[in-house]
Amino acid sequence: MRVSNRKKVICLQGVSYSYPGTNNRIVLDNINLDVHAGEMLVLLGPNGSGKSTLARLMNGLLAPSCGQVLVDGLNTADDTSLWQVRKKVGMVFQNPDNQLVAATVEEELAFGMENLGFPPEEMMKRIREISARMQLDELLNFPPHRLSGGQKQRVAIASVLAIEPQALVLDEPTSMLDPAGRREVISELNRLKQSGKTVVLVTHDMTEAITADRIVVLVQGKAAFMGPPRECFSRVAWLQEIGLEIPPAAELARRIRGKGLVVPQDLYHVADWVEYLCQES
Amino acid sequence: MSLFSNITLGQYYPGASLLHRMDPRAKILALPLVMIMVLLADGTAGFIMSGIPVLLALLLAGIPPGTYWRGLKPLWAILLIGLAIQSLTYPGEKLWQWGMLSVSREGFILGMKLSYRLSLLILSTMLLTMTTTPMNLTAALEKLLQPLKKFGVPAHELAMMMTIALRFVPTLLEEAEAVMKAQQARGGSVSTGNLNQRLRASVALLVPLLAGSIRRADELAMAMEARGYRGDTGRTRLKQFKYRPVDIIVLTVLIALTIVVAADRWA
Amino acid sequence: MPGIIDIKNLYVSYAPGTPIQRHALRGISMAVEKGEYRAIIGPQGSGKSTLLQVMAGLIEAEGRVSVCGKDLRHKKNRDGLWRQVGIIFQYPERQLFEDTVFNDIAYGPRNMGLSEDEVRRRVKAALEAVNLDEEVYCLSPFKLSGGQKRRAAIAGILAMEPEVLLLDEPTAGLDPRGKRQLMDLFSNLCRKKQVTLVLVTHDMEEVAHRADTVTVLYRGRIAMGGTPKEIFARCKELESIGLFVPFAAQLATSLQAKGLPVRNMTTLPEAEQEVARLLKGRA
Repeated sequence: MRVSNRKKVICLQGVSYSYPGTNNRIVLDNINLDVHAGEMLVLLGPNGSGKSTLARLMNGLLAPSCGQVLVDGLNTADDTSLWQVRKKVGMVFQNPDNQLVAATVEEELAFGMENLGFPPEEMMKRIREISARMQLDELLNFPPHRLSGGQKQRVAIASVLAIEPQALVLDEPTSMLDPAGRREVISELNRLKQSGKTVVLVTHDMTEAITADRIVVLVQGKAAFMGPPRECFSRVAWLQEIGLEIPPAAELARRIRGKGLVVPQDLYHVADWVEYLCQES
Repeated sequence: MSLFSNITLGQYYPGASLLHRMDPRAKILALPLVMIMVLLADGTAGFIMSGIPVLLALLLAGIPPGTYWRGLKPLWAILLIGLAIQSLTYPGEKLWQWGMLSVSREGFILGMKLSYRLSLLILSTMLLTMTTTPMNLTAALEKLLQPLKKFGVPAHELAMMMTIALRFVPTLLEEAEAVMKAQQARGGSVSTGNLNQRLRASVALLVPLLAGSIRRADELAMAMEARGYRGDTGRTRLKQFKYRPVDIIVLTVLIALTIVVAADRWA
Repeated sequence: MPGIIDIKNLYVSYAPGTPIQRHALRGISMAVEKGEYRAIIGPQGSGKSTLLQVMAGLIEAEGRVSVCGKDLRHKKNRDGLWRQVGIIFQYPERQLFEDTVFNDIAYGPRNMGLSEDEVRRRVKAALEAVNLDEEVYCLSPFKLSGGQKRRAAIAGILAMEPEVLLLDEPTAGLDPRGKRQLMDLFSNLCRKKQVTLVLVTHDMEEVAHRADTVTVLYRGRIAMGGTPKEIFARCKELESIGLFVPFAAQLATSLQAKGLPVRNMTTLPEAEQEVARLLKGRA
């Protein structure tokens, strides 16, 4: 595939992880995974499958118990390069309330840049650019608690993008949002994908996985599947067994096939169905 | 959100007035000057002189007077009680009398002075926090404390702690209300029942709040670390402060006034 | 016949008497029958959660509200309502506080003044209902996994055996399986034990597949009411107030717009039938 010729931004080589003091219960078991420049990789898995842990290994918030994680060639277990690693891989977390530090959106956008020692003029410039691009300019003086959930997550994304990381890792950024907020964040992610950013999205919502270049399904700490969405979505029975649910459009296709009728593989949205049913008539 | 959203005391009021645009460091330095002046003031001249800067600032801040009024509202009770105690207990010429209770002229005047001073102190502090974002306030404090770092004062850490505390006040208030309602729905109301039941109910409120704060702190620490936070090392600030002529003028005038007020008192 | 929940001309305002006063609910009238499964939907800030808290007696309101035959205008009735009406808030695991899971679930029943035998029976039944193993009974609730915490907190409400159960997005943040298990549990309570359910949710698929009736709130007023089928047929109106409709209803509306002969549908089985009919008609 074209993607595999590209530069590897994050390499996980034989990575295992167990939380200290938990009788060595293994959270991740021998994960081998490369994240390529410009791809959108989705990490799927039910609660407790280790996907958040995997995300945290990707920018050195956790160090692997076994194996190694390389970010742009730098080992995340090496304390001296940790700050370089965090500059290269940005993280957005699940709870919008617990990841915003500052009292206003503007200061929030600056926070990461301040930590990395950017000169004030440069910060100002980047805040202007990014807030215009992500339609946050009206909100610059707002305190976080006056924002909606979707806005908070977009601020979190913007503040990470401000330091221009090579890759963005998002750990269930939509799971605490209402549908409107979810839509807001997802369309932001699609824009990122279009602009060629490397994105790793952790989720248990299969509808968010449709646009991925590649999907990794984690089950009890093991990478049980790795491949394109189409292939992933065709394993309906297995997905349900591990506690995931395919989007309703794909579920409908499965049900129709169950009646002995033939329908195409990739019907993921209402629009796909409408197009298919209309061209048939 | 209904229970606690009424707390507006000293909350930042967005604006672009002269006061808003002053260097926050100058404003922080001005506050103790005003306070000293208000406390030293005695006699009509002193009271007028110490009142003028506060009144001027109130007018210049571009904040509707109603907002000050609401800010002071929770404190009216304290002011009135202070006035009552002074008037009723201080011996002197009787103004009014109802049976056992009598109001003395001296006491009443003393009480009025006390209320006046307290109102000025509260208003000037409110002005500082209402015209300065919490972020600027803490950043300025950090800057002002910088020289004390040599003596082991953790200026940056203190400022960061204040920032986070301020940032999480609304969130924690919301959480407190949510937990309170949830326990109330299980029959654990803090406001009904006997003492023992109320004590148990407050445990049912405090434990989840504490656990929640720890969880938040944990997640926040993780998020900060992920964004390259490592304390003061190699950190720059977006907000750069620069004293402008107006700041120097304000501070100079305040110092001069303070001296005059002090002279008036002891002269 | 008056419903188990009966609301007439309800107004709720925040910060009354101040300039920042605003109405959270304006002139709501509605009734919920005993044993009904009612869904309340609406965009953020439409007043859904406030309405639910009024029904639980947690918020004082203007207007006539009667729940389980009690007039909630009287404070005494509001304060005692928790004995009959259970409410599960968003992220209910935040309310856990006791030293053991067992004691936490027993908190409500003990507050009701039940005998210790009865408390034990109810706690066990509730734990079984939410599918928590016996081995966690003596653990600290803070030691449980996220999904287990949620279920323990919900068991704490179920153990009070409420006649009316109010649910404020009880499955937010859970994975699909955890979601389905909980929603199955609530459906069963409603269908088998005639517990009246009022569910506030954003998940339109749940509404389409489970609820008997739907109330749509918009800016503090009732915008629509009816069965899921009636409501979701008004796709355009829902979208105009910022709501989504379930997949099957979207499909029906889009196909009808293209002139294809399909009936209104809201659930997947209906969609399956219609699409299969359409495809077979061509073969």
